Amino acid sequence: MEGNVEERVIERDFGELALNMGPQHPSTHGVFRLKLHLRGETVVSVVPDIGYLHRGVEKLSETLDYDMLPPIYERDDYLSPTANSLAFVLAVEKLADKEPTKRANYLRVLTAELQRVSSHLVAIGTFGLDLGGSMGGGATLFLYCFRDREKVLDLMESLTGTRFHTNMNQIGGVRYDVYPNFDKDVLKLKDYLEKQVNEYRTVLETNPIFLERTRDVGIVTPELAKEVGASGPVLRATGVSYDIRKNKPYSSYEDFDFNLPVGTRGDVFDRYLVRIMEISESLSIVTQVIEGLPEGPINSRKPLKSALLLKPPKGAEAYAAVESPRGELGMYVLSDGSSKPYRLKIRSPSFSNIALIPEILPGHLIADAVAILGSLDPVFGDVDR
Amino acid sequence: MIYIQGLVQSAILLGAILGIVAYLTWLERKFSGRLQSRVGPYLVGRPHGWLQPIADGLKLISKEDITPSRADRLLFNLAPAWIVVVSLLGFAFLPLTANWVLVNMDLGLLYFTAIGSLLVIGVFAAGWASNNKYALLSSLRSAAQIVAYEVPLLLSLLVPAILAGSLDFKDIIEAQESYWFITFPVIGQISFLIFLLAALAESNKMPFDLSEAESELIAGFNIEYSGMKFAYFYLGEYAHLMAVSLLVSIVFFGGPLGPLLPGGLWIAIKTLAVFLGILWIRWSFLRIRIDQLMMLNWKILTPISFINLLLAGLWVSLNL
Repeated sequence: MEGNVEERVIERDFGELALNMGPQHPSTHGVFRLKLHLRGETVVSVVPDIGYLHRGVEKLSETLDYDMLPPIYERDDYLSPTANSLAFVLAVEKLADKEPTKRANYLRVLTAELQRVSSHLVAIGTFGLDLGGSMGGGATLFLYCFRDREKVLDLMESLTGTRFHTNMNQIGGVRYDVYPNFDKDVLKLKDYLEKQVNEYRTVLETNPIFLERTRDVGIVTPELAKEVGASGPVLRATGVSYDIRKNKPYSSYEDFDFNLPVGTRGDVFDRYLVRIMEISESLSIVTQVIEGLPEGPINSRKPLKSALLLKPPKGAEAYAAVESPRGELGMYVLSDGSSKPYRLKIRSPSFSNIALIPEILPGHLIADAVAILGSLDPVFGDVDR
Repeated sequence: MIYIQGLVQSAILLGAILGIVAYLTWLERKFSGRLQSRVGPYLVGRPHGWLQPIADGLKLISKEDITPSRADRLLFNLAPAWIVVVSLLGFAFLPLTANWVLVNMDLGLLYFTAIGSLLVIGVFAAGWASNNKYALLSSLRSAAQIVAYEVPLLLSLLVPAILAGSLDFKDIIEAQESYWFITFPVIGQISFLIFLLAALAESNKMPFDLSEAESELIAGFNIEYSGMKFAYFYLGEYAHLMAVSLLVSIVFFGGPLGPLLPGGLWIAIKTLAVFLGILWIRWSFLRIRIDQLMMLNWKILTPISFINLLLAGLWVSLNL
């Protein structure tokens, strides 16, 4: 797309202003560049430019043993690390036919849901920054959300020893078991977060400025969302009730009872609403995990260093998808019989979701463009991989 | 002799205002910190980072002074000075006690608003001279915004002037001996609210900080400024905000009037309260969009302030 003829013609059109938004811009949520063409403040056309955070994870995977890989993917979508490693271990378990234990499945759900809470808190907080800037009410929302997220990270730290890149999932099970009194900590956290989330909902959903800024802005129709392959809260906000946890349950999600919040209009407000309602649903799943945690080992095998490396059969291939906080995160693994993947492909939700940008941005003002981008909640580690 | 006296008085006033403004930034940082469950500045000068404004000032002075090579040098360097001078000029007409004012003139209120509306020139010059697209967009926004909000600002300020029957601040204060204008049923409160909103819009504060719009236009008109020139914008912004708070406390809250304490102290307390109220608004609200801003002005604030002005005029003429 770089500098083709058509684009240059647009730039010379009288009365239009070509504006580079990013890659260093406070509200592009990472290193992302939007080439905007403005007429006044209205966006006429937009060309998104990605690739500033490409780290070559897929190629790197071909050089490492299977057991070494889960921590790498935790750096991929850096706001919900365990969802990434979970997708990978599920794919390899399919590939090598290793079943995790039931307890491991439950603990995987536990960490995944806790990180969904923390990821959605970041999404809502940074959305506040997009709407209000760092020198106003937006910063207040941002800091409140980060204060609450800190409690989730504290819990993760006491569970795994690491606050963020927990390295919880490994092939065949999980690495850390719960400690005594863990359930009390979780319930305390749940009560606290539910109180806070209700407060934020009251404050935001009764605030006329917030409603004016988000309602009927950046409307995504279900057809459009399906066409670009959007998933997660972005898809559910359009009214499509699709969630891999419900539709193709993995890791014992069929055991838990939870609702899928869906929107009605697919605008920015609905995407916010779906996220904040999912926080409560995730907290309910976490308590169900704690109540129904089965006894037994947390691992069906030990990760090995040199001897007896995991070697899936030659030509075996597997795809496993999880519902990450951003949507359908899939990993496709192809084996050549060695201890390393022959090819690995990540289907990342953020990448598909930001494909909506050129479709929905034109016609909006710059301020709306920022709000829309924030409501899609892309993580550029996940987009560029 | 009178010139020397005037010079000394203005020097004292200027020094006091600059010192107070520096510490208002500290106050804002502490206040917003408490609102956001943080502590704010803490380490530079214990207790509670009281040296922070001085450290900030030193940092900004020692920074490299950059003028972009393709900027309009004259305007680029003139704009920050313009903003500071204009913001500080407003203080000359505001009485600080019942009897003391630097320049006593019977059109004080009008003069103050006239000076305030000159700010837009500095903002626009800064945005234009920077030769930056974000700065240009921001200065266009701010020109539209400030010019538009002048209308309800002035109309709502006319209400106290009508009630007092004068544009002289001293007369306005004297007229509030029996009651403050904020307590005047309906008319007083409406004109206060409209003035507050319009003043927030004119001084680019949340929820109307569209020209600074950090999340959209990065920093807006001051994006290319660094070091002391950047600090001038801040200085001007806070001085203007303080002047507005002072004006509100004089025009609506009776200024130096109050029991027991001396007038100067009362005016300081009221100004501080208004300033904190503005900060509270600032750190609680999200930014509104440019079309909503214009809608609010032309479709809501301006008609209401016209009606309000009419009511005030009717009341005064029927009672006199």
